[in-house]
Amino acid sequence: MSIRIIKAGFADTVQDLGRYGFQHLGINPGGAMDAVAAQVANMLTGNDIYEAVIEFHFPASSIMFEKDCLIAISGADFGVTTNHQSIPLNTPVIVAKKSVLEFSKYISGCRCYLAVRNGIDIPLWLNSYSTHVKAHAGGYKGRILHKDDLLITRKSASYQSVLKKNRHDVLHWKADVAEFYQQPNIIRICTGKEYGELTDQSKSLLTTADFLVTPHSDRMGYRLVSVILQRNQNTEIISSAVTRGVIQLFPNGQLVILMADHQTAGGYPVIAHVISADMPKLAQLNSNQTIQFQMIEAAGAEDLLWQQYQHLHQLQNACNLRLEEYFLHHALY
Amino acid sequence: MPSNLLYKISSYGDHAILIELGNMIDEKVNQKVICVFHHLQNKKIAGIKDIIPAYCSVTVVYDVAVIRKTHHNISAAGSMELQIRNVLQDVNFEQPILSRQIEIPVCYDAEFALDIQQMAIQKKLIAEEIIRIHSSKTYRVYMIGFIPGFAYMASVDSQIATPRKRQPRQFVPAGSVGIAGFQTGIYPLQSPGGWNIIGQTPLKLFDPANEQPCLLHPGDEVRFVPVTKKEFDKIKSKQ
Repeated sequence: MSIRIIKAGFADTVQDLGRYGFQHLGINPGGAMDAVAAQVANMLTGNDIYEAVIEFHFPASSIMFEKDCLIAISGADFGVTTNHQSIPLNTPVIVAKKSVLEFSKYISGCRCYLAVRNGIDIPLWLNSYSTHVKAHAGGYKGRILHKDDLLITRKSASYQSVLKKNRHDVLHWKADVAEFYQQPNIIRICTGKEYGELTDQSKSLLTTADFLVTPHSDRMGYRLVSVILQRNQNTEIISSAVTRGVIQLFPNGQLVILMADHQTAGGYPVIAHVISADMPKLAQLNSNQTIQFQMIEAAGAEDLLWQQYQHLHQLQNACNLRLEEYFLHHALY
Repeated sequence: MPSNLLYKISSYGDHAILIELGNMIDEKVNQKVICVFHHLQNKKIAGIKDIIPAYCSVTVVYDVAVIRKTHHNISAAGSMELQIRNVLQDVNFEQPILSRQIEIPVCYDAEFALDIQQMAIQKKLIAEEIIRIHSSKTYRVYMIGFIPGFAYMASVDSQIATPRKRQPRQFVPAGSVGIAGFQTGIYPLQSPGGWNIIGQTPLKLFDPANEQPCLLHPGDEVRFVPVTKKEFDKIKSKQ
């Protein structure tokens, strides 16, 4: 039994937390752009954080569940409904067989994640479920989801006793994710290898100017437009590995931030890195929004990421506890 | 980087470390890079997610949470740096890793050699000379990047070294062999690209269905062997 795509979205793919261990072969990690939302969706359904989720962009796919499922949705708010009734984000929901899930209207954010209890049963490619569109591998057939695609879900409990005659049941708790997305337009960065080559004026502009996210922004990178930044010297840079969050300075003085589907190597100056803890927030920004950069120390950035991890870990424990109680109470197995 | 140092370690953002072994494209430097890459791979340090060699550096990507959970009194960056320095202490940089030797059949026929005529005019050579020069040398895979399995190989003889095309192609066919400056490379997948295309290999450079998805690895030594269209078709049909 499975979930069926009944209407294709604009660019929806299966993702997980990325494919690591193969960047030396030019195979980039990919994975959910907003890794926090992907994890929260999994946690709410009692899944391991590494299970496959579906990443939606607006306009998003519509889905039909071909069996009863326990699901959760986190990330962007696209006015999600089941059978035309709104359901909340960041809350587990049990949906009845033949329910239709739709993303009815754009409200906020950029990417939304659906997890299904026990996960989607698709093959791993190089230890990951993430779709590598360029390599035509991983995820669902190595591509974005089309109409009539069938994603098999792993076996789970029967929810008949909870659903009774209802088409869905919203469980009574909600994950508080506000902390992960505070001050959405302030993106914290730490210095990059070639930061020192920037002119003093460019250094100060980096943390005072507004940077516009252009429409040429996607899962590979966010291209920004703002004042022109300059280096003191224009020495050639020998290509080396780049990582998610790297901010490169193009020869035209504009910046690009490398996102999930970034190339594994690059030869542009790396002037800064978006701190890992702010990448989920950045992943929820849309084109034509502006951001400001705030410089912090790398050590502080690591502490923030560690705090984020601990917060997520607590959330996972709380979710598991609640679900366990719920399953016991309703005798679901 | 001062020349009396073997390497320089610095943090690269908040979840990676950069090990620099020089600042030029040079075989000796890259041998050290591959040496460091292999030693770190063999040590299997907990928390390391990726080890990425490039021309003259190695980047180590790590999982902050995994390291912080096991090393309580130190930052993940600090702990990683210590562990990497420990591993590198035992490395004999003068003893390079033995390279794999790989032969790549290439058909240099006009139908595949999209830019060879233009190059011939630019370099004042006939196409046959370009082919002879390109296939008479062993190239080193300095690094892999750009797209899965794309090997940056060098150094091309100065007689045929040609800068990237001004106007990149939207679609370079998979298997195309190209030249960009002193580098030569093969497009593993159809892709946009600006390298000067002089032939095509029938081999699959990238095959996601394989356990080893990429034919070429960093540090390999590669020779191009000219083949006829007939041989090309024969090899291709067996792939």
